Amino acid sequence: MPEENWSLIIGSRSKWYQMDLKSIWKYRDLIMLMVRRDFVSVYKQTILGPLWFFIQPVFSTLIFTVIFGNIAKISTDGIPSILFYLGGLTLWNYFSDCLNKTSNTFVQNAGIFGKVYFPRLVVPLSVLISNLYKLGVQFLLFLSVWFYFILIKRNVSPNWSYFYLFPILIILMAGLGLGFGLVISSLTTKYRDLTFLLGFGVQLMMYASPIVYPVSMVPEQYRIYILANPVSPVIETFKFIFLGNGYFSWTALGYSFCFMAILLVSGMLVFHKVEKSFMDTV
Amino acid sequence: MPVVIKVENLSKQYRLGEVSTGTLVHDLNRWWHKIRGKEDPYLKISEVNDRTVKGKSEYVWALKDVNFEVEQGEVLGIIGRNGAGKSTLLKILSQVTSPTTGIVKIKGRIASLLEVGTGFHPELTGRENIFLNGAILGMTKAEIKRKFDEIVAFSGVERYIDTPVKRYSSGMYVRLAFAVAAHLEPEILVVDEVLAVGDAEFQKKCLGKMKDVSGEGRTVLFVSHNMAVIRLLCKKALYLKNGLLEYADFTDKVVEKYLRDNHWANLENIVSDIPENLSLYFTGEAKFKKCYLVNEKNELTNQLQFKERFSVILELDVYQDLYDIISSVFIINQYGEKITMSVSDERFKPMSLKKGKNIIKIHFKDIHLMPGSYSLGFIVAFFKTGNCIDYIESFYPFTVLKESIDKNFEYPWETIHGYFIPETEWEFTNTKY
Repeated sequence: MPEENWSLIIGSRSKWYQMDLKSIWKYRDLIMLMVRRDFVSVYKQTILGPLWFFIQPVFSTLIFTVIFGNIAKISTDGIPSILFYLGGLTLWNYFSDCLNKTSNTFVQNAGIFGKVYFPRLVVPLSVLISNLYKLGVQFLLFLSVWFYFILIKRNVSPNWSYFYLFPILIILMAGLGLGFGLVISSLTTKYRDLTFLLGFGVQLMMYASPIVYPVSMVPEQYRIYILANPVSPVIETFKFIFLGNGYFSWTALGYSFCFMAILLVSGMLVFHKVEKSFMDTV
Repeated sequence: MPVVIKVENLSKQYRLGEVSTGTLVHDLNRWWHKIRGKEDPYLKISEVNDRTVKGKSEYVWALKDVNFEVEQGEVLGIIGRNGAGKSTLLKILSQVTSPTTGIVKIKGRIASLLEVGTGFHPELTGRENIFLNGAILGMTKAEIKRKFDEIVAFSGVERYIDTPVKRYSSGMYVRLAFAVAAHLEPEILVVDEVLAVGDAEFQKKCLGKMKDVSGEGRTVLFVSHNMAVIRLLCKKALYLKNGLLEYADFTDKVVEKYLRDNHWANLENIVSDIPENLSLYFTGEAKFKKCYLVNEKNELTNQLQFKERFSVILELDVYQDLYDIISSVFIINQYGEKITMSVSDERFKPMSLKKGKNIIKIHFKDIHLMPGSYSLGFIVAFFKTGNCIDYIESFYPFTVLKESIDKNFEYPWETIHGYFIPETEWEFTNTKY
């Protein structure tokens, strides 16, 4: 019999270059349907619906304003404290939501994954997109407060010429959240130990990012450590663009980007390695 | 016909027990062997997977060196007892898990149906779930849209289509789920026992759909415990036993072998010795010691095929010569009802028994029990007074299968009407109007 052209070969293990990214495109409808499912299922039988997206950042901001602004009296670099905290939290929330929800991809979806094959990356990608809704709503909240301070109080001066960087900031946060999430979800299929560290780790990372304090307040010799956190340059750039006050450098942003790229690639590699056999160990 | 699935030396190893620090040690050891370029040390110590026998090794082969080919348009049945590796095989074919060694080559688009309603979300409406489930199974949105009306019609739940599926009855849920699955159009379809759902009418519909699918030249792999369905749908079948491919041939041959095997496999559970304390009445003159059920071929069994003749053999210890007595055997159904009896003398005349060990054989010649579970009861009593000497009720459980001794036919329905089927002849006369 002549050499046959098989359309699919299932073997014991596959090489990294067999990662099938093309098929993700084929399943783009599934991604969008999952986004819709996430959106609809969370707010079914609630009266306020997506308005609940507002509540969380409003409360966090109020608490931060009281504790860090009024009690601890941490400087906000002359920015109105509500705007300062809200600005920091908007992108941070997106990152931490992406990270939290993608980091249990395998465990959470074991039921579906055990029954049907589709590119597993579809699930974390749909998480990134469905979280965009929340980001959008929270960003609107930020914008309305921001306009209030720009138009009425007139004490905020944004760097208008850098606005084009904003979408890149979102991509950076999505990439970082996904990258960390992929690595963690792959590592926790067999040994769940890491999940105990996750909640704690995310909280720790928030305090290692300039959200409740400005980078300028950090002593010179520690600043490098804060900026080594790949999330920090993103948040600082956001503040730089919208609040006109923050640490901005192309090097720092480039560092974040490189960090994200490497993390994402390695995350996808371990994810790919694990997805073939995780059903036996999850 | 070209070969569309080729399975070569397929094996799958599983580790039993829990994931713990012990597994970490094994993982590290495996990794240490791997970086030195050596073979996985745990592949060697695996055992054949027999779930009833307690093995020494933590590692078992759920599948071991399985080889087979499937041609295009073939409907292949896969049978075997629980834990024989059927589902593992389907899981590998549907890429849910990967084999430990060996390779599967597939030609064409493959879709698997290991469960109906995978990914159904209770909060979403029927309509939304059709789209979601369809996309999970590999359809595009446009494809689903095109078939949407057909799917809804097939499911028969039009009225509820905009209601969240959590409000559905379980039957409606399954109907909708199967309707989506039934409208997949892959070249190869892998199906796991999903037909065992829904009411009789819906099952019929599903079977019809499955037949259509195979009629369209598509390849189907089908797992079921229902031999009737396997016989109906599949031309060829595989019989898996403890992870090994025991037999592969035309369906009739494979099913026959499976039934024969299965029947002997249960023999270990047969208890023939009657326990001392089982007697409801016992006066001491005689005692039932043993009871056997044998089939037509005189083989000890606890499974009879439909319409198969059988005999009951009793061992009765008689401690003194007994006169003017009578003995009888009852057949008791699963609800504890005595559905029929046989008496030692057809004309109900008393008999006598000599001291010693008596073997009594009762041949049931023309009673055809309906498929189901039964047990036996037997009694020896004084004829005149009716006083029991020994009375055992509900011993020796046995089943009557739906498959008949004539392999081309079997009891076709879910519901069992009555207790037994008589030997009758039907005469039809027709008068023209």
